[in-house]
Amino acid sequence: MKEIAIRVIVGGVVVSAFALLGDLLKPKSFAGLFGAAPSVALATLFLTVAKNGQEFARLEARSMILGAVAFFVYASVVSRLLIRKRLAVLSVTSWSMMLWFVCAFGLWHALLG
Amino acid sequence: MKIKITTDGLRESRWYEYIGRFLFGGAVTALTGIIAKHFGPEIGGLFLAFPAIFPATATLIEKHEQRKKEEAGQEGTARGRAAAGVDAAGAAMGSMGLGIFAVVVWQGLPKTTVGVVLSIATLAWLVTSMGVWLFREILWRRLRAHRSHDSSHTLSTSTHTTRSTKRRLDE
Repeated sequence: MKEIAIRVIVGGVVVSAFALLGDLLKPKSFAGLFGAAPSVALATLFLTVAKNGQEFARLEARSMILGAVAFFVYASVVSRLLIRKRLAVLSVTSWSMMLWFVCAFGLWHALLG
Repeated sequence: MKIKITTDGLRESRWYEYIGRFLFGGAVTALTGIIAKHFGPEIGGLFLAFPAIFPATATLIEKHEQRKKEEAGQEGTARGRAAAGVDAAGAAMGSMGLGIFAVVVWQGLPKTTVGVVLSIATLAWLVTSMGVWLFREILWRRLRAHRSHDSSHTLSTSTHTTRSTKRRLDE
């Protein structure tokens, strides 16, 4: 329980800090870079190394590469749908999550599974 | 287009939106830890690049942009959606940096301490993301100059108008 509480606080602080940075910057496409900041990774990897050791964190980082590829596909599709089709933001960003899952787990299965 | 630091974005946000981000970010970090504990580091690692906070951020951008337009007496729905789309294009570029971040951590961890590796990896993320963004800006500018030079006046005018609209969305 204590570990979860620490993760919530550390994660909350790091994610908020990067989001705040994004709020301060213009143009929007540049501020958008901070939407893919390694905030969750930074908070998680520090705690992971402390608790589970470096090898555990290395394996997480290796899988994260595939997660990042899936993020790229997700964000590119979302961007295109919103700019070209002007669809509702919440439904596009939420439904496209399926795409992230398919890409991330598909790549994991093909390369690491 | 020049990079600017402005407090406009801070003024647009409400206090509860900051609390929401904090709680959401914390919840995602905790959930990632739980997934890694139950399913192992290989599955847990995928979620270090999960766009969990993205829908909330994009919705806020849409809301802020819509509010701004409606306060000016204009219809803001389409503009809000397009603005969120421009932000998503930025996130796509940032995700390339996210991949480099992961490579640096993967290759760097056995060689040095976690603090040093994460600092270098964060710097690598920033440099890569900014580099991709700058490359796209330069490419876009050259392409625009090339097209307006080659095209007929009518075509050039219409292309210019479309590009200008996109440029305004990015502001």
